[in-house]
Amino acid sequence: MYLKKLTLTNFKNYSQADYQFTDKINCFVGNNGVGKTNLLDAIHYLSFCKSYFNPIDSQNIRHQEDFFAINGVYIRKEDSPEHLQCIQKRNHRKKFLLNKKEYDRLADHIGQFPLVMISPYDRDLINDGSELRRKYIDSVISQFDKFYLDDLINYHKALFQRNALLKTFSERKYFDTGELEIWDEQMIRLGTIIHEKRKTFLDQFIPIFRHYFNFISCEEEKVDILYQSQLSDGEYGALLADAVGRDRSAQYSTVGIHKDDLDFMISGYPAKRFGSQGQQKAFVIAIKLAQFDYTRNIKGFKPVLLLDDVFDKLDDLRVQQLISLVSENNFGQVFITDTSEDRIRKIFDNMEIEHKIFRISSAVSG
Amino acid sequence: MNIYPSKLLESAVTELSRLPGIGRKTALRLALHLLRRDLTEVEAFGNAVIKLRKEIRYCNECHNISDTEVCSICASAKRDRSTVCVVETIRDVMAIENTGQMSGVYHVLGGIISPMEGIGPEELTIESLVNRVAEGTVKEVVLALPTTIEGDTTNFYLYRRLKDFPLKITTIARGVSIGDELEFTDEVTLGRSILNRTLYEVMFAKKS
Ligand SMILES: [Zn+2]
Repeated sequence: MYLKKLTLTNFKNYSQADYQFTDKINCFVGNNGVGKTNLLDAIHYLSFCKSYFNPIDSQNIRHQEDFFAINGVYIRKEDSPEHLQCIQKRNHRKKFLLNKKEYDRLADHIGQFPLVMISPYDRDLINDGSELRRKYIDSVISQFDKFYLDDLINYHKALFQRNALLKTFSERKYFDTGELEIWDEQMIRLGTIIHEKRKTFLDQFIPIFRHYFNFISCEEEKVDILYQSQLSDGEYGALLADAVGRDRSAQYSTVGIHKDDLDFMISGYPAKRFGSQGQQKAFVIAIKLAQFDYTRNIKGFKPVLLLDDVFDKLDDLRVQQLISLVSENNFGQVFITDTSEDRIRKIFDNMEIEHKIFRISSAVSG
Repeated sequence: MNIYPSKLLESAVTELSRLPGIGRKTALRLALHLLRRDLTEVEAFGNAVIKLRKEIRYCNECHNISDTEVCSICASAKRDRSTVCVVETIRDVMAIENTGQMSGVYHVLGGIISPMEGIGPEELTIESLVNRVAEGTVKEVVLALPTTIEGDTTNFYLYRRLKDFPLKITTIARGVSIGDELEFTDEVTLGRSILNRTLYEVMFAKKS
């Protein structure tokens, strides 16, 4: 699968832009601030119906314009182009079309054109709160398991309803076990499925991740991802029953898969506090490469890979390792941004692999 | 803001624009339209609206809207009173009636359980359903609530309240739409319909 053609209209800093890509390496080079990353973000939109960076769609419309449009032509099967279109008008619902047919639910599109993004922001996975890590594995699992996404959405609806009920109990000073138990029942049913799927996914994912960490960092450090879940400590129904008193005074649900977290470990210590900068970077890159591998194995073809500014931010050794993966043709279509055309030419001009360099400047984008 | 040549016109526009789906532009168009009609016609229109609000009643049995104490469905001798179809709203009664496939009677809950919107079992006509069932004539309760998590949870609540009575509790089938190509059915719906598959013999028997 690859993206053959990209057309942008009023997207971020681009008023109008057109690109034809190779199915191998595509490099966007130019100074900071010219909008190289915005091109990657447009490609991200086509796969996930949303920005990697800014969740508010209307803020991605070019200043003073009324709408943006992203058009992409993908080749999935031999020589049969497929047209993806994302249109956001101000104060309108976002429209997403595959071959001119609009999706009823955006969730139906997710996973059809798989993509993996490696960006300097990935370090937030280590440093931010647990919500980001849950969202990350949820987005990876959802790309190949539609039931997971459906169950997750329903779990959260049931959770919000249960929390609202706990508030109502406290405000109106009454309590009814029957009214609470019907929501418990939904959370137990859905939460148990989600817990099992997260566990199964991580069991398969972690060995791939370890392999890439050692490869990228040239270290034989023992790294691990530990799945922390209250549901590992006992049967969910019993845990919920034990927590009723606590839940009533807290006025929200204190037990469930919405409390899950991932502990990132290097040599037995939390990567957040004890990992060096370099180790942390290698850690998140290894996670993303493992995601690439895992998705490829399940889908049977290679996802599009986006490398945002990684050569500048990594040290030489890790860059060399990443480049060797690229040169051995481990990936399918790759998009790279870099500030230095020289560096990109040095890396790729000696490589047998087909590559195309796009010089991005404000003049082109304005 | 528009400047209206008449305060009467302005207040009519304001009232009309309170209706769902009606903006001020449409409200103005409707108000001007009413002005062009015969006075008797417009009086009939106004009276119908006032009578609707003042005189409509709710069926004592099923809580459907009705002109009389018991609605025409519950009063009909042709209806099978041993089957009660539980729905969320009066609109659902009308939708199922249009299919002509329900020979039983209805029970309108008036909503579904949703603590976020302040709707608990007390706000719905659940006690009245339990009382109906307790009378002993009901043999089957058909749960025809929305296929959302809230609808599902309400089903579960009703099941718990009714399970000790000697009756059959069923839910309407959910899954692939009639006439849909499987290829174009979304994955989740298709997968769930495979999980909830039914015996072909049973389906065949129902058709013939
Ligand atoms: Zn009635």
